[in-house]
Amino acid sequence: MGQVREIETTVDELKTLFSDRAQTGETMVLNLGPQHPSTHGVLRLILELDGEEVVRCVPDVGFLHTGIEKNMEAKTYLKALVMTDRMDYLNNLGNNLTYCLAIEKLCNIEVPKRAQVIRVICAELQRIASHLVWLGTSAMDLNASSVLIYCFRDRENLLDIFEMIGGQRMMTSYIRPGGVWRDVPAEFVPTVNRFLDYLPDKLADYERMLTHNPLFMRRTIDIGIIDPSDALERGMTGSSLRGSGINYDIRRAMPYSGYDEYDFDVPLEDGCDVYARYRVRMREFHESIRIIRQALDKLEPGPVITDDRKYSPPPRSELGNSMEAVIHHFKYWTEGFSAPEGEVYVATESPRGELGCCLVGDGSPKPGRVHFRTPSFHNLQSLSFMSEGYLVADLVAMIGSIDIVLGDVDR
Amino acid sequence: MNNHTQATIDKVRALHPEAIESVVTFRDEITLVLVATYLVDVCNTLRLDPELGYSLLVDIAAVDHYPNEPRFSLSYIVHALEKNSRLRLRVNLSGKSPEVSSVTECWKSAEWPEREAFDMMGIKFVGHPDLRRILMPADWDGHPLRKDYPLGYEEVQFSFNWKEIDSKKDYAKE
Repeated sequence: MGQVREIETTVDELKTLFSDRAQTGETMVLNLGPQHPSTHGVLRLILELDGEEVVRCVPDVGFLHTGIEKNMEAKTYLKALVMTDRMDYLNNLGNNLTYCLAIEKLCNIEVPKRAQVIRVICAELQRIASHLVWLGTSAMDLNASSVLIYCFRDRENLLDIFEMIGGQRMMTSYIRPGGVWRDVPAEFVPTVNRFLDYLPDKLADYERMLTHNPLFMRRTIDIGIIDPSDALERGMTGSSLRGSGINYDIRRAMPYSGYDEYDFDVPLEDGCDVYARYRVRMREFHESIRIIRQALDKLEPGPVITDDRKYSPPPRSELGNSMEAVIHHFKYWTEGFSAPEGEVYVATESPRGELGCCLVGDGSPKPGRVHFRTPSFHNLQSLSFMSEGYLVADLVAMIGSIDIVLGDVDR
Repeated sequence: MNNHTQATIDKVRALHPEAIESVVTFRDEITLVLVATYLVDVCNTLRLDPELGYSLLVDIAAVDHYPNEPRFSLSYIVHALEKNSRLRLRVNLSGKSPEVSSVTECWKSAEWPEREAFDMMGIKFVGHPDLRRILMPADWDGHPLRKDYPLGYEEVQFSFNWKEIDSKKDYAKE
């Protein structure tokens, strides 16, 4: 480790990140965050300001770093699953899904049809829940605080649904390698249907409050412009990239969990600004509703987890009369299963963009390396480019528009 | 292997005949194992060639294979949007002085992932504009995701080892 020590920097050396004008005091260096309501978590931005204009914006992340990747290497594949919930805390089921897809690819596990449909429903419900939080918080940053209360009210219905299927409101760990933990209860389908009937009216209300609201439009149109080529160059993905008019959605480009069987549109806007990203996400609500409705129709009876006993626990009923089931049960919950040597990369479309999982198996029951390509981390990179030349108040609108979750950035 | 991936491999072979060490296929994913010195040249070809068009650098994942040698490997996942085709580039680095050229000149989005790999694994990226720690505090010692870096936990005291563990603790003793 000695060799690399020499290029480590101290906080004083951050000065080199700013222009010469900051040294003479002509511009001001201001600290925004890490504890600030408009930074959506613990994000610290070091701003160089000329009056109110942003000259340079240096994001400083890592305040929420909890060593999830390191911890996962110390647990078995199954036990590491609970860590993924805690990464992007607005997309718990989506994180589970990505990690499980990576395990399934590495171990060649077949997932039953019903489990795939349930996974799609979960992922899309989670997308709606996440977008509701985004809508509420980013609108509140622009002084529309009533939207926040309404959005959290609607999200409560979704958390109730997650509690119904997984026993927990947020950290469900419901999606497991090979399928899902257990079948959905009987009241699941009617509850989801009731929610899908309820939501469009509410979304129309929020659109009435924001979409043509002159105050909201003046705060968002032509703010935070990022050209399609720049957005790609800086690694943006997801709704933020589609707000710059680039048609890239993993559900379309590399379908997983049977997304190729669903009929949905990928909303695109070419405004490249905060308003365009807002429009894209508002339309994505409706596409998610469409996908869930189709998925509910596809929900046919059947197993919800693979019957390969190496990768799934035997049902409780078999434990009483099968010695083999007892052995499998014991091995599965203690030693876990071993994955072959190899490296796989799996990507899913999280509410924020491309969520990737790079999983390296080393032949043991513990992952050799788990690396998450988190969308917030890569989208946040573009903030400093995007914000140059705008006002501090606009910077707040931009942070909201790229929809970052700091748990996702720092892991 | 789809047509575009095959075309890419042919093109890279034609332009940089010594760059590709091997082509690995695992679970339908194609990996080009590159000679580390050719990394930037190959990336420039992938990014700038109008027929290839790998305009998005998706991810850089650093893996520690301790105690095997070469100890580190870096996986670059690149995506060609128009052809909807994906490729992994891998370079292997020795454990003694893990060092590789930065690809920030090809894709600006490499900046943070390379900082992360430096922070977590201690891999030095030559030519990186701002190689600082990103997730760990600036004055942190060591690189946490290396396999020889301990996870860090409190040892549990039982009656048989109480004194032994107690003697290592730094609180005031009578």
